[in-house]
Amino acid sequence: MGWDRNQMAARAAQEIQEGFYVNLGIGIPTLVANYVSPNVHATFHSENGMLGVGPFPYDDGVDADLINAGKQTVSELPTSSYFSSSESFAMIRGGHIDLAILGAMEVDEKGDLANWMIPGKMVKGIGGAMDLVAGVKRVVIVMDHMTKNGQPKLLRKCTLPITGAGVVNRVITNLCVLDITASGFYLVELAPDVNVDEIANATDAIIHEKTVQEN
Amino acid sequence: MNTNSSKVFADARSALDGVLFDGMSIMAGGFGACGIADLCIQEIYKKEIRNLTVISNNCGGEFTDRPGKGFGLWILLNKKRISHAICSYIGTNKTFERQHLNKEINLELSAQGTLAERIRAGGAGIAGFYTQTGVGTITSEGKEIRKFDGQSYVLETGLTADLAIVKAWKGDTEGNLVYRKTAQNFNPMMATAGRITVAEVEYIVGPGELNPDCIHTPGIYVQRLFEGRADKIIEQRTVRQRDSG
Repeated sequence: MGWDRNQMAARAAQEIQEGFYVNLGIGIPTLVANYVSPNVHATFHSENGMLGVGPFPYDDGVDADLINAGKQTVSELPTSSYFSSSESFAMIRGGHIDLAILGAMEVDEKGDLANWMIPGKMVKGIGGAMDLVAGVKRVVIVMDHMTKNGQPKLLRKCTLPITGAGVVNRVITNLCVLDITASGFYLVELAPDVNVDEIANATDAIIHEKTVQEN
Repeated sequence: MNTNSSKVFADARSALDGVLFDGMSIMAGGFGACGIADLCIQEIYKKEIRNLTVISNNCGGEFTDRPGKGFGLWILLNKKRISHAICSYIGTNKTFERQHLNKEINLELSAQGTLAERIRAGGAGIAGFYTQTGVGTITSEGKEIRKFDGQSYVLETGLTADLAIVKAWKGDTEGNLVYRKTAQNFNPMMATAGRITVAEVEYIVGPGELNPDCIHTPGIYVQRLFEGRADKIIEQRTVRQRDSG
């Protein structure tokens, strides 16, 4: 029932359109690159200073100087470019990146996002996430619908310190696809064998089934 | 005689001689283990200077498969030589996270792009700039918020340091630097923002051997450089298999 990690990544890959420059976050978002249609030309950006991120290298092509923002070894393409961190974030902040696909701990119905700390318990740090959500044209979150302990992650209001306010456009979970609209969460798509009641029970916010705004 | 050959030093020890002191601020290039000036960090460790302020994307890291062992600035962190850190990411650095949660270290967490731009601004003589990054989050608390065209921006300030340690691939006797692949990251901005910048380069080449069109950091920003090649660390070795067909 629902989507597994790879199916969520495959669904997220459908968000990538021809000609897009795309930044992928750590975790499930990194898998998205594996599912982009060969008919779509997209360029992946890594905030540590690379455009045209290639697939993982072959064993004999591993290079310590060539990593993605998740610190994983990657490969270069014939069209790749490298640049400094300030140049990289100029691309992000300046609105030159079309789409960011990121993970999250919480998302609320206003489009606020929390993904960097749990006060007193866990601090992963901010990394590039705050710049990405503030500057990238469209932000899609890929995450499990609930925590490992069965708590909702889609909320009326984020409880954790936020990464950005009103920045999320769409959420892809293991159960469904939701858009953030002026009226809150709007159900776009259900994963196989999932019904609306399950979504409602797993969400601490109202799920709208029909959009109130023209899209 | 080449008047700039005085920039070239024999090793990290001589290049850092006379510039290290207790309570100083140090910018350290690198993203994770990639592009760190590791020989410089090891020399700073040996000198046992303390009460340091470090400005770096990460504060080194811990080997996940070797508990109690780390790389980069972690070796300074582990000996509690760092009292203040301005960084964007902690990640799996448990020592850093613990010292922060126990308030043993004063940590200023900055968004990565804001950190990069603060360093770029500092090196370029720009006191501050407005960015949308972090507006509405705790990182903008206490800072000036100003509206431009109806959008809210937060004021962030430029950063400089007593010393910048950067890692380059090639450098010439003038101090012109070229970085390699994603080992570039924070190094070019930090080179501009250190009152003294020491470059650890893999290969020192003679005048004319670097293409002037392809220099990342012009030598004006580099006061000292030395040749050295520390072992490079890979945090996550990810590979694909060749198709058998």
